[in-house]
Amino acid sequence: MNRQSPIDEPGQASVELSTVRSLFPCLDQVVHGHPLVYLDSAATTQKPTSVLAALNSYYREDCSNIHRGVHLLSEKATARYEGVREKVAGLINATDSREVVFTRGTTESINLVARTIGRDRVGAGDEILISTLEHHANIVPWQMLCQEMGAVLRVIPCSDDGELVLDDLDTLLNEKTRIVSIGHVSNAIGTVNNVKLIFQAARRVGALNVLDAAQSVSHLPIDVQDLDCDFLAFSGHKMYGPTGSGVLWGRMELLDSMPPWQGGGDMIRSVSFDGTTYADVPWKFEAGTPDIGAVIGLGAAIDFIRSIGLEAIQAHEQVLLDDAVLKLGAVEGLRIIGNPVERVSSVSFILEGIHPHDVGTIMDQSGVAIRAGHHCAMPLMKYFGLPATIRASFAVYSETADVISLLEAIETAKAVFR
Amino acid sequence: MSDLRELYQEMILEHSRSPRNFGPIENQNLSARGYNPLCGDEVEIFLHRDSAGILQEIAFEGCGCAISTASASILTEVLKGRSEAEVREIFSEFRGMVAGDGSPPSRDGLMKLKVFGGVKEFPSRVKCATLVWHTLIQALDEQDGEVCTE
Repeated sequence: MNRQSPIDEPGQASVELSTVRSLFPCLDQVVHGHPLVYLDSAATTQKPTSVLAALNSYYREDCSNIHRGVHLLSEKATARYEGVREKVAGLINATDSREVVFTRGTTESINLVARTIGRDRVGAGDEILISTLEHHANIVPWQMLCQEMGAVLRVIPCSDDGELVLDDLDTLLNEKTRIVSIGHVSNAIGTVNNVKLIFQAARRVGALNVLDAAQSVSHLPIDVQDLDCDFLAFSGHKMYGPTGSGVLWGRMELLDSMPPWQGGGDMIRSVSFDGTTYADVPWKFEAGTPDIGAVIGLGAAIDFIRSIGLEAIQAHEQVLLDDAVLKLGAVEGLRIIGNPVERVSSVSFILEGIHPHDVGTIMDQSGVAIRAGHHCAMPLMKYFGLPATIRASFAVYSETADVISLLEAIETAKAVFR
Repeated sequence: MSDLRELYQEMILEHSRSPRNFGPIENQNLSARGYNPLCGDEVEIFLHRDSAGILQEIAFEGCGCAISTASASILTEVLKGRSEAEVREIFSEFRGMVAGDGSPPSRDGLMKLKVFGGVKEFPSRVKCATLVWHTLIQALDEQDGEVCTE
């Protein structure tokens, strides 16, 4: 696929790829004397002009606190902020936009679940099931809950291909399992997990299902009803939105039964020194002034994604990823980590005899931004016996030329260390 | 490429491939561990400090990038036989070179440390070069726990 290839999908607005790239001003710059090649989108995506404009217009025209304001600016800001719930609900096929809780990001969303319904449902001797592929954000909150409650954290193993091994799922999931929390896509190696199968099994033992969609929401269509999950968490900044925006979606009957998390303004119905009654879902989980601008920006990011279509985005990224995997696999002294049947967005690798951190520095000197490190997945790195890997990750604005630059930068790294 | 050659000087590459004084020593009486969570670099340093405060033996073990491995390897070479007080002064000078005014350590026998002068142009790599030094100071201070660069 070249720069001129259209991202096309029947029934959706057709956008030329060259146009898409030009919508991301941050991509248009020179780094260490080379045009920027941004291959770190799994860490955070660049932001299109429409998202920047939404942030700008909120701060320039509608800047005001939301809810309870009788003046025009507050009404406008409130409408814009609340309107984003509808957009999120549409994106993930939720039936009720009140099931959408705004948070700072995936990490906060998962912590919210762990600290509220987690404390209600998990007791001594109970079990929580996660997987070897998880990001620390989907490990540590559950570990903390287990420590507090005297519960046990169990882990679905993974194979050398970087896929979850589900052979023993029926023993890992048992009558003690209270919560199953799984990442949709591995941030470290890009594996797409069969979460539907895991959630169906979890349902049979009565466990709650939590989906960490941080790495999938901008790459794969997500349907919370089809996946049959109870909670879904994602971050705005990995889907072309601003940092500081995030979502926890949960089933209404669960959200309704949950205690509030943080106490403060905006999450109450009435307060007296004798006691407080809480606001309805979702506002009872949104104490204090939220990041209004970031949420409005998230709305623009969802509009951006839908204007192209997730299927079209996925198809475009998959061509690039498959091409990268093929070409990287042919590089002498390079080992790709994991070989999952289904992989989106990211590929992780190491170069023989060169530490990933050194590769990262050398690539940066060529203008190529990749991530070198443990990717907040230290248990997975331990499984592969590696301190770190190099990860290249793609987004809608990525192009074939990026893969070529990546390969050239790898040769530079090899030359420096020859 | 010129900045890269400045950073990855031949001596750094050579020490990273064949680190000196690698592995525990039998008569160690001080040790410490260091960790850089950013890149996963781990280092453990082993010292034999005599009653006069002279570092008679220095060795290290660990895995890390070329900069951190070479820094550890060269450190063990240039500091062996020096007094604890002098080592602390050299650390201060080394830090000045990689993260301060850039001037290299001045005293005799420290020429090899100058190969890390290029690190100054790579702020994200300063911790790689200094991790083993912080770990060494931790060992000399006889403090428990692990040094962390973050």
